[in-house]
Amino acid sequence: MLNIVGPVLAVVAALLVGAGIMLISGQDPVVAYTALLDGAFNGKRAIGETLIYTSPLLLGGLAFAIAYRASLFNIGIEGQLVIGGLAAGLVGATELGLPAVLHLPLALIAAAVAGGVWGAIPGALRAFTGAHEVITTIMMNYLAFRLVNYTIQKLGDWLPVNNQFQATEKVLPSAELPNILEGTRLHAGILVALASALLLWYLLFRTSFGFKVRTVGLSRGAADYSGISWRGIFVLTMAISGVLAGLAGAGEALGLHGRHFAVPPGYGFTAIAVGLVGRNHPIAIIPSALLFGALSAGAPAMQDEANVSKEIVLVVQGLVILAVAAFAAANRIPGLRRLATPRMST
Amino acid sequence: MSTFLATNDTIPIAIDMRDIVKRFPGGVVANDGISLTVRQGEIHALLGENGAGKTTLMNILFGIHAPDQGSIMVGGQPVAYSGPRQAVDAGLGMVHQHFMLIPRFTVTENVILGSEGDASILDRDDASRRVADLARQYGFNVDPEAKLGDLPVGAQQRVEILRALYQGSRVLILDEPTALLTPQEVEDLYAVLKRLKQDGGTIIFITHKLREIAAISDRVTVIRRGKTVGTRITAETTSAELAELMVGREVLLQVDRTPGIPGETVLSGANLVVLGHHGRKLLDIDHIELKRGEILGVCGVEGNGQSPLVEVLSGIHNPDHGIVMLKGNDVTGANPNTFRRHGLSYIPEDRHNRGLVLDFSLWENVLLGNAWHEPFTSGGRVNRDRTRQITASLMQDYDVRATDPDTPARTLSGGNQQKLIIAREMYRDPDVLLAIQPTRGLDVGAIEFVHRQIINARDKGKAVMVLSFDLDEVLDLSDRLVVLYQGRIVGSYQAGQVSRTELGLLMGGRSIDA
Repeated sequence: MLNIVGPVLAVVAALLVGAGIMLISGQDPVVAYTALLDGAFNGKRAIGETLIYTSPLLLGGLAFAIAYRASLFNIGIEGQLVIGGLAAGLVGATELGLPAVLHLPLALIAAAVAGGVWGAIPGALRAFTGAHEVITTIMMNYLAFRLVNYTIQKLGDWLPVNNQFQATEKVLPSAELPNILEGTRLHAGILVALASALLLWYLLFRTSFGFKVRTVGLSRGAADYSGISWRGIFVLTMAISGVLAGLAGAGEALGLHGRHFAVPPGYGFTAIAVGLVGRNHPIAIIPSALLFGALSAGAPAMQDEANVSKEIVLVVQGLVILAVAAFAAANRIPGLRRLATPRMST
Repeated sequence: MSTFLATNDTIPIAIDMRDIVKRFPGGVVANDGISLTVRQGEIHALLGENGAGKTTLMNILFGIHAPDQGSIMVGGQPVAYSGPRQAVDAGLGMVHQHFMLIPRFTVTENVILGSEGDASILDRDDASRRVADLARQYGFNVDPEAKLGDLPVGAQQRVEILRALYQGSRVLILDEPTALLTPQEVEDLYAVLKRLKQDGGTIIFITHKLREIAAISDRVTVIRRGKTVGTRITAETTSAELAELMVGREVLLQVDRTPGIPGETVLSGANLVVLGHHGRKLLDIDHIELKRGEILGVCGVEGNGQSPLVEVLSGIHNPDHGIVMLKGNDVTGANPNTFRRHGLSYIPEDRHNRGLVLDFSLWENVLLGNAWHEPFTSGGRVNRDRTRQITASLMQDYDVRATDPDTPARTLSGGNQQKLIIAREMYRDPDVLLAIQPTRGLDVGAIEFVHRQIINARDKGKAVMVLSFDLDEVLDLSDRLVVLYQGRIVGSYQAGQVSRTELGLLMGGRSIDA
């Protein structure tokens, strides 16, 4: 349990520095943070909004974590997310004559497959050509954004897209992720995300596949020695990463907006921070995603009630990342090790 | 001569270190009140196990570390340097275990490195002449214009020594100087050191090998766990006494063993070729076989095809040509798991990057290479409790000292890490055991244990291969020996039919008759 001390201290430190910045610019941090907390947690609606932000961040954080566990740095979550969202939006808006029990899963599967393929490509490039995934995933992001634009703008004759809305057509009721909290916009995407977290934890820490992933991530030499094909693991983990990111996109399309919009939401990048703050541990990523979700959900309230620019939330998010990185670095300095505890294992 | 030196108190003292204490961040006390007195003109060995604090002490003497406590006198003058530069000015020179030379520079350039002076124009011819003179004076056979990277390791080491002499060193510190040398190069080094001594030079020689003490030193100071445990006159002590001082208990220096009784061939390779870049043959051997109840020793200087041989015999790499047979199955090109399934166990050379995942717990490390079958996993699920139980019992059987199976492997000593690997590899009850550099970096006590395990494996009818760069280890353990040179087997002998010297010649690429 000591393992969580580091990240928690990091968050506290970030909030304090954020408060300092507000003081310097002549604003009252107590009022601002109170408004932020109110906006994020006070009342059913606020909680609903927080959880709406939490679900794509949680899935994205998990996507980052699984790749990271295999020593891969997936910056392509955003691209995998929009490709997944596009696939879900298209399948969801297509009249197939299916009941909800088939149409919704089909749309989710389409998102998972599309995201998975989008992730597997840079995984395979890394495994078989050595092309670094940091570069290729960034390139895949741009490809994804352009592909979505092209689809929406040019393929209206064949696919259910709406050029005026810059989005896919409205998702049919049979493919919608149902609302799960009356009086809010909260949809079942959060359940998909939570289930994914548990599943991923099990996969990583209880199965021999997870053992292989972690071995490859920690020591390529030991993987060779024990006959683990790190190439295969690279492709598979990147595919799983893409599946999770694709599901995040599906949640937005099928749950929140009812269509997939062409503008990338940016969750894929915040997700990197979510994964890192959660130490790339599927369970720890849940509170991490909740934290970032709450910051996002509370920001507008902070702006309205305390008159503090909501961009300060971005500053706080940045500070959290810095502080977590600082604690991780402190880990390597022996004298500081006890303060910033090393590892989060099973 | 040495007795005279050691007992004659009129000989001036070159180095006097008193009560040196050095703590490193994190609480490691590397030196805990060490004292060392070295007389002028003697070869003084500094003996101790890995981690005893020898190198730290010498780094303090050479100004690389500052001591937390204690005093240092060089030539009767107290010194307190802020860096190696001042140590050099005080007449000290140090040859590190890993050479501090630049491969792309010539010998001369390397020698004058650090003493090239402030003149804006370097007089290369003059420098080259002076280096050549110095080399001649000490009987060093090196070409001052040769590119360093082209020279053999032994010659590179002489360049290091030459540099120290060029800088005017009268006290030379050598950190494990024989670690990378062939036996012949070791003899050459001894000759150089004796010459320096005749010339009035003082030499401090760090080692953990008892054989070297007797061969070269006048006196020896033994260090254990950061403390001086005694200084002896080499001629008046025995290896057994020194080993006991070093380890702190009585040690069996000679492995106690009976001759092996070779049985059927279990693992064999034929016409094995591994190609490197540009089609160069890294490995090219006609025939190698491992038999039940026999230990095959592979000797050779590092970099002569050992890694490709091991990787081919363990399935990590496919040979470019040739066949590997394991218990009658053609396993050429199969992956390491197939080799394991057919009864191969493998203690890798590199504990930290191959044999273990340091950030894993002990039980997870026991899972390495075992994660695909009962009882460790079933249906893709890891049997954690069962693996923990197995690990706990292995820890007991193989004397792995750690609190419990959940301890991270990183926190174990090298000896305990190696014991864990051996335990894991023996748990499968293999038919073949490849032991690669099985005692590298281990202390004498752990070496004794590992050697015992290897011989036990053979006595249980397993086919064993021991590959080591330590010729004595191969000689101690093997029933049969092969010598690797430039990827080829250049000699094959029954134990006892070949001398150390002959093996040394073969390892250096010469033939025995020459």
